[in-house]
Amino acid sequence: MKTAQGVPLDYYVWLSAALFTIGVLGVLYRRNAIVIFMCIELMLNAVNLLLVAFSNYYSDPSGQVFVFFIMAVAAAEVAVGLAILIMMYRNTKTTDINILNRLKW
Amino acid sequence: MNLFYFLSFVAILCALLVVFSKNPVHSVLYLILTFFSIAGHYVLLNAQFLAVVHVIVYAGAIMVLFLYVIMLLNLNQEQEPHKDNKLKFAATILAGMLMLILIASLKGTALLSTTNTHVEIGQVKDLGRVLFKEYLLPFEITSILLLAALVGAVMLGKSEHKQEIK
Repeated sequence: MKTAQGVPLDYYVWLSAALFTIGVLGVLYRRNAIVIFMCIELMLNAVNLLLVAFSNYYSDPSGQVFVFFIMAVAAAEVAVGLAILIMMYRNTKTTDINILNRLKW
Repeated sequence: MNLFYFLSFVAILCALLVVFSKNPVHSVLYLILTFFSIAGHYVLLNAQFLAVVHVIVYAGAIMVLFLYVIMLLNLNQEQEPHKDNKLKFAATILAGMLMLILIASLKGTALLSTTNTHVEIGQVKDLGRVLFKEYLLPFEITSILLLAALVGAVMLGKSEHKQEIK
């Protein structure tokens, strides 16, 4: 078989856990809203990778269909989120999230 | 196996560089590298269709959008805001604790002991059959979601002072 080359499923679980943790670290670590957005994308991708791995190891195509839907939702989320960021930049001239600690500008 | 290690190494290294690089443009470029290595993982996992879609959607569309916004807002290293060191330390500790909890809860789980099966499921033909038979309604609803996101993004991005300018 040309796939997965004897990689145990555990390894994909650990890799996804590591990528997810790095995403969480980025969200907590940075103050630039755009970088925080990118770290959220990283977390989504960690979950996607795990879904594909499980889908392959259990030979169930539903997991890959879910990944397909997650990609569509991520695309929609990024479009709306970046539009909100541009709005925010227009009003505050910054993408620093510490500016946004008040609900009303 | 070696390819798995290589791709994992590249993915984790580039993900760390996304978090720790000072310049937002560099973050975007490293994130693109991470996405390419994840696409490599998809190919290893025999999900060719998803690998192609992943490269097109993430590296081709989403990251270009990010890059475009960063250039539009003219962000660079000088005006990059930074948390103070105490908060950064706390963030690192918290992320490390999350990693520990994930490892502790997933370690030795019984469902991880399955072996890889030899069924082809990642091809366009098989995936399309599932997508358009079992998941037809969610697929159509996704199109509505994308339409709503499109309209919302245009509404949000539109200038508020358009009437005054006119």
